[in-house]
Amino acid sequence: MVQYSAARLDASFAALSDATRRGVLEQLERGDASITDLADRFHMTLTGMKKHVSVLEHAGLVVTRKIGRVRTCQLGARGLDAEAAWIEKRRRLWEARFDELDKVVEDMMQKEKSDGRKRRE
Amino acid sequence: MAANGGSENNATTMERTSDRETTVTRTINAPARIVFEAWTNPEHFKRWWTPKSYGMTIRSCEIDARTGGGYKLMISHPQYAPEPMPFFGWYLEVTPPSQLVWTNEEGGEAGPVTTVTFEEKDGRTLIVMRDLYPSKEALDAAMESGSTGGFEETFDQLEAFLAAGG
Repeated sequence: MVQYSAARLDASFAALSDATRRGVLEQLERGDASITDLADRFHMTLTGMKKHVSVLEHAGLVVTRKIGRVRTCQLGARGLDAEAAWIEKRRRLWEARFDELDKVVEDMMQKEKSDGRKRRE
Repeated sequence: MAANGGSENNATTMERTSDRETTVTRTINAPARIVFEAWTNPEHFKRWWTPKSYGMTIRSCEIDARTGGGYKLMISHPQYAPEPMPFFGWYLEVTPPSQLVWTNEEGGEAGPVTTVTFEEKDGRTLIVMRDLYPSKEALDAAMESGSTGGFEETFDQLEAFLAAGG
């Protein structure tokens, strides 16, 4: 059981490492969509999108069902798992830190410039 | 990415890069020696490490940025740590202005080793920060204990507070 769940987690992280696949999950949070819809939205071929959806499906993040000729995708019961949420929260903390760091280094460069001017005078 | 791109191009990414490692990246519009200084000089460091939006306050900050030197941060939060909590460790490697490696001792044996590299290109600096945990179990446990599942801002703040050391 533990083995199985670890394999699932690895699959989840692999699935989430791609920007298009993260975008597909975001899109599916807003509502179900067919593979054709998704391919259009992300400017991809049908084959390309099918591959992405199959990776997400393998990780349990998306389920698909075929009605007639249309395959519809919806978020898997797992949704975005706790680990992905943890990573996103950490990322936001780092983003906030780096935004502050931007201001600090700007001040440091300003000061260096004005000190340099003083030395030359 | 354009060499002279504005800060809007400087996205912060984070991902799990192996079963026991996470990686954060960000580009800063300053040369590496300035960025390195901002990470190793306490006067600069304490201005950015605890973002105001997270409610944390850095009470004191000692940094001895030499290989074998130590650091100690005392950080408080009005709700979760009215009494400041220590975050501390050792610098395993200090190579100005391109690399810092430190331990996170407050986490005990499960604490990660943090490696930050500063790579300068065209006057901008790519920061790559890796947290390497002692085992897959240690990283999984960190994720589980930090995953409150809450959506409230306060949960984010608590988790951020617990992550304050690294």
